[in-house]
Amino acid sequence: MSDKVLQVNDLRIRFRNGKETSQPIRGVNFHVKKGETLGIVGESGCGKSVTSLSVMGLLPIKTSEIVSGEILFNNRDISRLKEKEYRKLRGNEISMIFQEPMTSLNPVFTIGEQLSEPLRQHKKMSKSEIRNNIIAVLKQVGLPRAEQIIDEYPHQLSGGMRQRVMISLALLCHPKLMIADEPTTALDVTIQAQILELLKEIKVKNEMSLMLITHDLSVVAEMCDRVVVMYAGEVVEEAEVNELFDRPLHPYTQGLMKSLPSNNERKSKLFSIDGQVPKPSEIGEGCVFANRCPFAFEKCFAETPPAFNRGKHISKCWLQDPAVKEVMQNEERSIVNS
Amino acid sequence: MKNEVLLTVKNLKKYYEISQGMFKEKIVVRAVDDVNFTVMRGETFALVGESGCGKSTTGRTILRLVEPTAGEVVFKGTNLASLPYEQMRSLRKQMQMVFQDPYASLNPKKTILQILMEPLKVHNKFDKKERLRKIIAMLKIVGLSEYHLDRYPHEFSGGQRQRIGIARAVILQPDFIIADEPVSALDVSVQSQVINLMLELQKEFGLTYLFISHDLSVIQHMTDRVAVMYLGKIVEVADTEDLFRNPKHPYTQALLSAVPVAHPKEEKKRIILKGDVPSPANPPSGCAFHPRCPFALEICKTKMPEPTTFEKGHTANCHLYIKNEEEIEYVTSYS
Repeated sequence: MSDKVLQVNDLRIRFRNGKETSQPIRGVNFHVKKGETLGIVGESGCGKSVTSLSVMGLLPIKTSEIVSGEILFNNRDISRLKEKEYRKLRGNEISMIFQEPMTSLNPVFTIGEQLSEPLRQHKKMSKSEIRNNIIAVLKQVGLPRAEQIIDEYPHQLSGGMRQRVMISLALLCHPKLMIADEPTTALDVTIQAQILELLKEIKVKNEMSLMLITHDLSVVAEMCDRVVVMYAGEVVEEAEVNELFDRPLHPYTQGLMKSLPSNNERKSKLFSIDGQVPKPSEIGEGCVFANRCPFAFEKCFAETPPAFNRGKHISKCWLQDPAVKEVMQNEERSIVNS
Repeated sequence: MKNEVLLTVKNLKKYYEISQGMFKEKIVVRAVDDVNFTVMRGETFALVGESGCGKSTTGRTILRLVEPTAGEVVFKGTNLASLPYEQMRSLRKQMQMVFQDPYASLNPKKTILQILMEPLKVHNKFDKKERLRKIIAMLKIVGLSEYHLDRYPHEFSGGQRQRIGIARAVILQPDFIIADEPVSALDVSVQSQVINLMLELQKEFGLTYLFISHDLSVIQHMTDRVAVMYLGKIVEVADTEDLFRNPKHPYTQALLSAVPVAHPKEEKKRIILKGDVPSPANPPSGCAFHPRCPFALEICKTKMPEPTTFEKGHTANCHLYIKNEEEIEYVTSYS
């Protein structure tokens, strides 16, 4: 289909560390439509950042390997592109905002020097055109005194301003897809509100798609059209945002929502999911969430659940299997009858 | 809850001087500037604010991990700020701290046994055989077990490390614990486990917490009273429920409105503050919040506001409430 900007099909990534190998991404499927905001939620170590890096082609070449699967950007597989070809794409059609605005800017170059790099790479422009372009973009992201900031160094700016510079850097070449990896995690709430507002605005203005990676469910509720929930290297649930918050199907998503302090009565014991995320080396047969799942039954430990569709709501859980549902209902009935 | 004051902080100040060179005047950073509050026994008192507002420095100055520049910290009737070092050290068995980063606050070269034994040795509590039993009991309380004793911190996950950090603080059976952002480095599902643990421990040992955090939803859930800090000063103090229902100070109002929604259908009227937090080295004159305040008056630029008291011990430092009521109506409806 043509309205999908990005499509990731059955992506598997393997890392090598000496003789050991681990596979943090095991069969990830999702797509981003034109003009939409897709949220990817999950806890640390669930593979959301690795997924986004693989889309950008930024995985370390020596130690990582895409075992199978494809990444389609505008219907073109980019997962096996050469570095040289990738360079034409990166920063031009796909761009990325990183988590730490403090460390992702180079401290020894001025803002102007850093921002001119993508334009020099991808566009044929004269120096004065580049400068004017940069100033226009800096103004667009709401930075005051853009004409001066362009000649300043990153340490002269505050965290919120640096994140705005990062956003303008990602915007310069009018990308079709912007990947934001935890863009507000390092910022304070009041600044976070400013940046989220800005992201919404520029997304509409530049007609691009946004892939928002976060661990914060409330940011998702605020920003996204559709959500993908990841757990231990797999997509466990995918749904439209209202649908997900109204009717989370996967027990992991349900647990996450219930454990938010705002969904619990004050001072009461918070709902919590027992146990911990399994290490990539510990994952074997069966559902990845089975060892923490309150509803787990034998089948969960034996077989990996496929993705069950319920309209556009996809979840990987045996409880959604129509056959299992029937069995459960029969059991319930027999309990009631006896 | 008994109405017994456990800790009083009076006019606490912590200034840092930055040298600009031999003959130039030093820049003074007012990290904590004239902070006053009291903590009752058995309650959870929260300090909220954005990064750089001085909430962590306040916590550290109370324990004298950082020496205060001026002011008093009265704990159970003794002024901590003027105690000699040795006495302060022995008093720390009654007041302990849980740190923010569970990855940095445990010594990587020590086993869990050594980490938990350290405070008992320093304060010479229990005899030697008793100590090991206490440690094992403590580990069980925080949800770890005996076979973790000989492991090193790197073998644990973030949530488990924070449990160890909490165990280390609670093992001396203190009355008062300062928890400096104990859950902000943790994931949501682990965060709820640690919050539950802290609430349980509070019930079991009758602890008093000074809870430092920037996460408003956690504060709303587990604290009794809240102090909101901005640029080294407390701008509002109130009961938690009261504060969330009826914030008085414009900064608190903006802070609460900036919290993202819990459900996509929830509509929220948002006050988006312009600009960033000013540098504490060069704070604005008058009320420190006036350059970002949507309701700023002329007087805010020149005069520092005094605290105004509302019902139930709710106080706010803002000129809007000192003026007579008509004017406030005008200001809030037309600006």
